[in-house]
Amino acid sequence: MRVRATTSQTVGPFFELGLQWLNCDNLAGEGVAGERVAIQGRVIDGDGVGVPDALVEVWQANAHGKYAHPDDRQNKPLEPGFRGYGRIPTDQRGAFAFATIKPGPVPGPRGKEQAPHLVISVFMRGLMRRLTTRMYFPGDALLATDPILKLVEPARRSTLVAKIIGSGALEWNVVLQGTNETVFFDLGL
Amino acid sequence: MALRPKQKAKKRRAKEPADSVQRHVVTGYRAVAVGTQPNHLHRPYVSSIKRSPTRPLVRIPYTLSEITGPTFDPKLVSNADCDLTRQHKAAPLGERIVVSGRVLDEGNRPLSNTLVEIWQANAAGRYQHEVDQHEAPLDPNFTGCGRAVTDSEGRYHFVTIRPGEYPWRNHHNAWRPAHIHFSIFGPAFATRLVTQMYFPGDPLLPFDPIFNCTADEKARRRLISVFDWDTTIPEHALGYRFDLILRGCEATPMEK
Repeated sequence: MRVRATTSQTVGPFFELGLQWLNCDNLAGEGVAGERVAIQGRVIDGDGVGVPDALVEVWQANAHGKYAHPDDRQNKPLEPGFRGYGRIPTDQRGAFAFATIKPGPVPGPRGKEQAPHLVISVFMRGLMRRLTTRMYFPGDALLATDPILKLVEPARRSTLVAKIIGSGALEWNVVLQGTNETVFFDLGL
Repeated sequence: MALRPKQKAKKRRAKEPADSVQRHVVTGYRAVAVGTQPNHLHRPYVSSIKRSPTRPLVRIPYTLSEITGPTFDPKLVSNADCDLTRQHKAAPLGERIVVSGRVLDEGNRPLSNTLVEIWQANAAGRYQHEVDQHEAPLDPNFTGCGRAVTDSEGRYHFVTIRPGEYPWRNHHNAWRPAHIHFSIFGPAFATRLVTQMYFPGDPLLPFDPIFNCTADEKARRRLISVFDWDTTIPEHALGYRFDLILRGCEATPMEK
């Protein structure tokens, strides 16, 4: 008999109880190489209201474009102390904020470089399974040729690119429904 | 059929320094079987209506970003973290149980060294969380939070108390069946799973919109733990077994 992957269920409203211990909104400690960025945003529901009980998880490469993972076999340096993982719950307004470094480009399909990006999971009460998306960095030269962005209809690509709101400060929102609905990805799940 | 412009391809390759963009064979993860995972929108679960995406998801190929994921030092977790009955001065109220199982991939291979996080209500059906205002007592000896790292055989093991059922406001007279929340990372961003474990024979299961959001009946049934004599401790605690299956790689064959 073939075994099937276990069914996803909602994270519910009380996840902080079990998941808070691993919260991390500062992904890159002192001494980690790379351009520092402060990212803030909100998770917004179909009524335009902030979601106060969402959880945002971030996964990213280091400034050299290397993931701290055994399956990344690129000949690029690791950054000691940089895991590349963040876990940030939203506050009462649905807002989240975290600090990190801009990752370097990583290879995509057929070796084509991808523009620097964060991969993001969003969990919340009401979602039976997580949403997966990406946050790209504004002004990056590789945005124009990114193989994943190319799969998104041009009018919606901007939902995946953060906006500059200050020096080293970016804003990126997760809009669950409506005209500016964020692009979410299907990973075969 | 268009012919590949061979020469051009050769030229391009020659231009690339070997180190700048390295070619890697990325093995993706197998798509899940139809009906075995819930849709985002499930109207009987009212909170999904304003929170689920309305546009179709965009299918993307697997890249290095999705086949990697965070790894954790097993030292992050202590032995006390997997015994929820010994986190306070005295034992919590309720029926002590052992919840254990394995984390496997779809080919039945154990996933070792992966982080398993759990959280749950106390025996009276109340969470140690400020948002939970259900009129049931908190237990000063029970937080309801545990974590473990799987061993070389993919095994995890918790001692806890059986959580109580509790009401919620989804619809008139709505009650959640007893459940324990599970969060597992697995080897990659692609394998991340958050789910809930239920108990055999719970009369509330047929009425719960969350449990029933998955179309496939067998898939739903796999969320129900199995009573297990092997892990039942005489004079002490009943054992429940709950295996978690994470998605398997495309390249690896399924076991018969």
